[in-house]
Amino acid sequence: MAADITGTRRAPWMLLSPSLATVGLLLIIPMLFIVVYSFWLRTATGADQVGFYLDNWIEVLGDRFYRDILFQTFAIAFYTTVICALVGYIPAYFVANTPVKSKAFLLLMLMLPFWISYIIRTMSWINILGTSGALNTVMLSLGIIDGPIQMLYNQTTVVLGLVHYLLPFMILNVYVSLDGIDKNLTEAAQSLGCTGFQAFREVTLPLSLPGLAAGSLLCFVLAAGTYITPIVLGGPRDAMFANLVFEAIVTQLNWPLGSALSLVLLALLGALVVIYTRYLGIDQIAKSFE
Amino acid sequence: MSGWSMIRIATILVYLFLFAPVAVVILLAFNANQFGGFPIEGFSLRWFEALWHNDAIVRAFKTSLLLGFLTSMVSTTLGTMAALAMVRYDFPGKRTISTLLVAPILIPEVVLAVALLLFLQALSMPKSFGLLLMGHVVFTLPFVVLVVQARLVSIRRDVEEAAMSLGATPVQTFFEITLPLMLPAVMAGMLFSFTISFDDITGTLFWKPGGVETVPTQIFAMLRNSISPEINALGAVMVIFTIALPLIAASIARVMAMRKLRASNRKTQAA
Repeated sequence: MAADITGTRRAPWMLLSPSLATVGLLLIIPMLFIVVYSFWLRTATGADQVGFYLDNWIEVLGDRFYRDILFQTFAIAFYTTVICALVGYIPAYFVANTPVKSKAFLLLMLMLPFWISYIIRTMSWINILGTSGALNTVMLSLGIIDGPIQMLYNQTTVVLGLVHYLLPFMILNVYVSLDGIDKNLTEAAQSLGCTGFQAFREVTLPLSLPGLAAGSLLCFVLAAGTYITPIVLGGPRDAMFANLVFEAIVTQLNWPLGSALSLVLLALLGALVVIYTRYLGIDQIAKSFE
Repeated sequence: MSGWSMIRIATILVYLFLFAPVAVVILLAFNANQFGGFPIEGFSLRWFEALWHNDAIVRAFKTSLLLGFLTSMVSTTLGTMAALAMVRYDFPGKRTISTLLVAPILIPEVVLAVALLLFLQALSMPKSFGLLLMGHVVFTLPFVVLVVQARLVSIRRDVEEAAMSLGATPVQTFFEITLPLMLPAVMAGMLFSFTISFDDITGTLFWKPGGVETVPTQIFAMLRNSISPEINALGAVMVIFTIALPLIAASIARVMAMRKLRASNRKTQAA
């Protein structure tokens, strides 16, 4: 370590090697392994047939069942992302333009959901929408309904749960890019004759698009990869693609099939990330950690 | 009504949306009603008492604490070293390394969980606490790297250079100057990785051996039956725990910073 602080050529690699070894051994090699594994075959006896079989891939890519659930997964992730963008932009704008004193408080409040467990935030909706939940109780006592109605366990509640979980990611990302906009620009636009709304549409909104894109990417990828929310808040027909992966791996113990399924998910979501980084760069997402 | 006050009202509504369901969990945790829901029938601590006497839950809590602690230790050590390398040095392939370090965030956690599980099973390592720890380290590592890196950038190098020009060895400089200046960054990384690990369920459900539960997987298992008041109480404990911890840490950090400031003021006054 002694001479390293001043900067020899070896120093950064010595500092990096434990992390790189961890990522390499526990992530990169396992990922390559499941690529190979997806071509093996799980026989009826439960043993793996080593070789090059396309059976898993034909099943995953050819079967309508998997395709339908894939579409459903992307639809749920899409609705979630659009709602997060629409609902999240306003508070992000408010926080970015609010006086310094209340800003710190509002930002702290935005960080809090990250510290509250995902499973608790998801299940908390059962207390609101369940048959003995807050909404039913209120409506019963007001005489709007005669008996409790079941509002849970459908696609809408899955989207609701995901929006609730992912909204802070969106708000924070949009806030970061809104906060970076030079206030003189909107003032200049207004002094040149723009109305407040025009200034927003022509100056602020375009400049905040990188944050909106980063937030959308995060929301979409995280929503499309979840299997907990559909189990807790969805009905039997609301399974998402990650539920299939979980079923194949943990319940059916069909690991080669599970490998192929998870690679499909990775390929589709990975393509999104690659397209995004090609155009906007990964740095935008890293910004929200500062 | 002006546009700005409409934006303000919309913002308040969104914040309400974010917090109201969690507030209801905490409210119901103190409800005397025996079926975990409305109506409110009076204040009671009986569900917290029930938690305390529930062996499965106490065990899950201990598992989560231990796992979170070990995860934060390992991934903060690794992540801080990596962040130092990324901020302090220029070397060929830096961009690739940077992508590699954040790769675990970019890969859906389900896929990461499957890959690690199947790889270790193929090496005939069964599901174990060790597997859980490895998994948690891999996916908390990028968060630590990002958090520490972001804070490290603001530490000025000339303070270190001054120390060395005054005769401090590089090792002395690191422990006397760099490390104390880095401490808030390292603490932030530790806290972050602890909370991520403590809250994780997606990977944990894949990796945990039969019979081992963490708090989130325990809640998940209990939800399969029906929502009981105990779940609300456990949720309330979790919320208080994960929110109180960062707040306490933040205030300790503030007190430490104030003390240091006062001490250095005294020194300058004495001089």
